[in-house]
Amino acid sequence: MAGLNPTVCAAAPARQRPRLWRGAVLLVAGLYFLVPLVASAVFTVDIPNEGLTLDAYTHIFSADGFTSSLLLSIGLGVATIVVVLALMVPAEIAVRLSAPRLRPVLEVVCSLPLVVPSVALVAGIGTVLKWGPDHLSRTPLYRTFVAIQDPGFPVVLVLAYVVMALPFVHRALDSGLRSIDLRTLVEAARNLGASWPHVLLRVVLPNLKSALLGASFLTLALVLGEFTVAQLLGFQPFAVWIVQASGSNAQLSVAVSLLSLLLTWALLLALAALGGRGAKNRTPATAVSTAAAADKE
Amino acid sequence: MTPSAHSCDAAVADGPGAVTGARHGAGSPEAAAAPAGGTQAEARPSRTARRSGRGSGRAWLAVVPLLLFVAVAFGLPLAAMVQGAFTSTDPQTGASSATFGNLDESLRGAYLTALWGSVKLSAVCAVIGAVLGLLLAQAVVTSRHRALREAVLTASGVLANFGGVPLAFAFVATLGNAGVLTTRLGLDRHGWSLYSFWGLALTYLYFLVPLMVLAVVPALDGLRPSWREAAQSSGATTWQYWHHVGLPVLMPSLLGGLVLLFGSAFAAYATAAAMVGSSVPLITLQIADALSGNVLVGQENVALALSLDMVVVAGLVMAVHLPLQRRSTRWLA
Repeated sequence: MAGLNPTVCAAAPARQRPRLWRGAVLLVAGLYFLVPLVASAVFTVDIPNEGLTLDAYTHIFSADGFTSSLLLSIGLGVATIVVVLALMVPAEIAVRLSAPRLRPVLEVVCSLPLVVPSVALVAGIGTVLKWGPDHLSRTPLYRTFVAIQDPGFPVVLVLAYVVMALPFVHRALDSGLRSIDLRTLVEAARNLGASWPHVLLRVVLPNLKSALLGASFLTLALVLGEFTVAQLLGFQPFAVWIVQASGSNAQLSVAVSLLSLLLTWALLLALAALGGRGAKNRTPATAVSTAAAADKE
Repeated sequence: MTPSAHSCDAAVADGPGAVTGARHGAGSPEAAAAPAGGTQAEARPSRTARRSGRGSGRAWLAVVPLLLFVAVAFGLPLAAMVQGAFTSTDPQTGASSATFGNLDESLRGAYLTALWGSVKLSAVCAVIGAVLGLLLAQAVVTSRHRALREAVLTASGVLANFGGVPLAFAFVATLGNAGVLTTRLGLDRHGWSLYSFWGLALTYLYFLVPLMVLAVVPALDGLRPSWREAAQSSGATTWQYWHHVGLPVLMPSLLGGLVLLFGSAFAAYATAAAMVGSSVPLITLQIADALSGNVLVGQENVALALSLDMVVVAGLVMAVHLPLQRRSTRWLA
């Protein structure tokens, strides 16, 4: 017993120190990440010389442009999800099933948007859009150029958002497909006489449900928060509206920011919970972190 | 970078299929724009394709819509950007000619200041974010509380996405001129301003630190306790362990994370635009100014040249990041 004592004594301080260090790191991190949120909440309810009030929150729905910009953002989000899934799901399935040679092409195409920051992308899009009035005004294409820039529903934003969503939709679908035995599923269904559409809709897609949901949530979060492209092309979805509203009512725009934040977080947490039930907690962490890299706000 | 990235790169077979596939990819116009992406090439052994010959002839048809879409929505703007960057239009005659003038101008005067400002801000943020993210990740990984680990990782996934306008407003409400902390603590009397280099850096760290946590946690998880025990039983100090074992193994992930953070900060626009306007010179803000016509006529093409500068920097970032990521996954697999 006596012989053991020195080791115990030597080990104890060594274990104490890291714990102290760890506590300090976690405390500082916790403060840094919580303070801005709490302070924003205080900022919205505690107005100088007026005292506590919930005006900022009660006025949100009556605020000028709130509903229309939010609806526009949601509409753009839904359209983006539909387009990006319609393009990516068949491509991913085909590459995995029977065209593995195209896989590098898919990888490259889906990492390209990471190389082109959204400001640079919008610079290019703006240039292309100027071709409309400059060169094409006598051709039928001109009408297309006008149509995709309709402020009521700017299709051009959907085009840009689909491109920006490619990297993490690819990641989400790829890890989803990796976790199921696609070939066996498809061959089994085909051998039982199912038609191709039937195989896709009733066999493959249900098995990909969590990956599809994950990709959709992330795309929606991206579109709801997107500011760069919309602002520089002169449209007014939600994020742009928040900035414009801040000029007249700072409390209101901070309150809306806080709410939109909570909404986005709820979406992403739901996604994390969903992935946690699925394959080894892979999808959410991967997809979310890639999304961050892709989003680069 | 993440568990799935592990398996993704671990699957790289480097078989003949992968090589030909990569060449094939590099031949298309989009691929040529980003040689970095080609390194991510991954191919399954083509055995599976041969086994079931059915459909393989038409399978590429399913990829065609995607490629067409990317060519129009991405390739066209990119081509327009490159073309515009090398073109100047004479305001009198309207004639345009090929030139390096725009690129030249994009690397001079106020534009160079902005480019340098962006690089400096991104570098500072990346280094600080990498160090803090590493500390936080290490604190979480070595913790015995499983719930804490899950909570921090989930929160990191969420916070890494918390860029843009809401982040800017949260910080304005906290530390801006009329911010809660500024007024309560009288920070402005001590010379604090959020609308400065360091204010912006503080804001960026809010999404960069979580990004770093996500990037290094898999690597920290890969450090086996037995290595540390082996070092300790051979009489190594903590410092010697980290110097000779821990850091060398972590280095690719750390550098990869650092580069990722740099890229993220470099490309950030919304946060800066909503927060500082243009009191801090940044290349993204300059491009936006030039695009919105806030400057002289004829500067649009300089904006395109600036965008091209950005693409080059971002391309370099990815070219460094991807091999590092692959190396770290190979070591930790």
